[in-house]
Amino acid sequence: MLRYLYGDELESHPVLSRTMFEDRAWQFRTRQGWDVEVDETGQERDQYDAMNPLYVIWERPDGRHGGSMRLMPTTGPCMVNEHFSHLMDGQPIQSPLIWECTRFCLAPAAATTPSGGAAQVAAALMLAGGEVMQGFGVEHFIGVFDARMTRIYRMIGASPEVLGASGQGRDRISVGLWAFSPSARRRVAQSAGLSPALSRHWFQRAFGAGHAARHVA
Amino acid sequence: MQAVIEALRDHFRVDHLVYHWVDSAGDQYGCGTYSDDWRDRYIEQNYVRLDPVIIGCYSRFHPVDWKRLDWSGKAVRAFQAEAIEYGVGNQGYSIPIRGPNGQFALFTASHNCDDQAWTVFIEKNRRDLLLIAHEFNRKALEFEPDRAPEVARQLSPREIDAMTLLAMGYNRAQVADSLSISEHTLRVYIESARAKLGAMNTTHAVARALSRGLIVV
Repeated sequence: MLRYLYGDELESHPVLSRTMFEDRAWQFRTRQGWDVEVDETGQERDQYDAMNPLYVIWERPDGRHGGSMRLMPTTGPCMVNEHFSHLMDGQPIQSPLIWECTRFCLAPAAATTPSGGAAQVAAALMLAGGEVMQGFGVEHFIGVFDARMTRIYRMIGASPEVLGASGQGRDRISVGLWAFSPSARRRVAQSAGLSPALSRHWFQRAFGAGHAARHVA
Repeated sequence: MQAVIEALRDHFRVDHLVYHWVDSAGDQYGCGTYSDDWRDRYIEQNYVRLDPVIIGCYSRFHPVDWKRLDWSGKAVRAFQAEAIEYGVGNQGYSIPIRGPNGQFALFTASHNCDDQAWTVFIEKNRRDLLLIAHEFNRKALEFEPDRAPEVARQLSPREIDAMTLLAMGYNRAQVADSLSISEHTLRVYIESARAKLGAMNTTHAVARALSRGLIVV
């Protein structure tokens, strides 16, 4: 299922949280060779994880992390503006209508086996991104991604508009901008194998539909 | 700002608009159209500590329809009844704002109407409210520079390493080699350090880092 958790809510999901930060270490350090900080327990965190971002997480049936991404508003401190503005001619992108999406990560099982469902998990996360846009009035996500994700985004029908890039081949890092049209939404729902209604339900449950029911009652 | 917020309230035809800044010490500033009686009562009773709008939005960044908040609990229900009695309205929509340096503010529209009418209002005006909320915050930051101290931005440990080695006369390849990172990654660190230091180029950045005591050679 799709979970929407702020950083300060992770502690009530210890297994999900631990496996997410472990899978991030695997993806970003082991697999992609990025220079990221991994602690002694094998978990990858950076300074933005300490700023209470909103995580969107695909939770597998066994309660472990299947894939995730991290959302932050571009009006406050964020990674794209502090570390990647050189890919966008040095101009910061700041708007209440644009959130950044970083640390897009797929669990090793999803990423390495053909049947692991990397594309499905990636599509489910994109579908969740669509819920966030629709639910909160966000019009674009801006994100940083590598060559491998470029292929996955294309496969699930959610390719971003590339604003800038550097590096070649496998090492190519790009900054891209996603919009989300209703037709893109149908495409990713199909790729994810999820009904839009179920996705909507998970989103509403995360953001207080339960309280709304009590309030009305 | 007070005149502007009153004009905007009339424009949107809602009962109230409020811009509310809460700093980390719990001090509050702002402007808005709530009655003086309610504002005084709110401050005198220190309602900021139990107001579900504050609790539900603090350290969050997604906009919230008040219906989605947790209004259970005796004290909270009493607070809600009192707010309605003071003319705040039974509906509300609050936009949390995450500004620079951990700054937090809220922009709220509140009104007295049924759920259906409020949902229609939000759908129609959400985008404008989001943009206005952030414009208010920007103005407030301009007016009150002392409330958002522009602290000298700290360099990250990796940026300090990179700057230090450059100051010691290493060339880029040697620095990258010493830090076991690619030259590409090194460029990212140098660029972000340069931007943080407000320097024109790498040499200027190294000079500034030295003169501010951020690196020691």
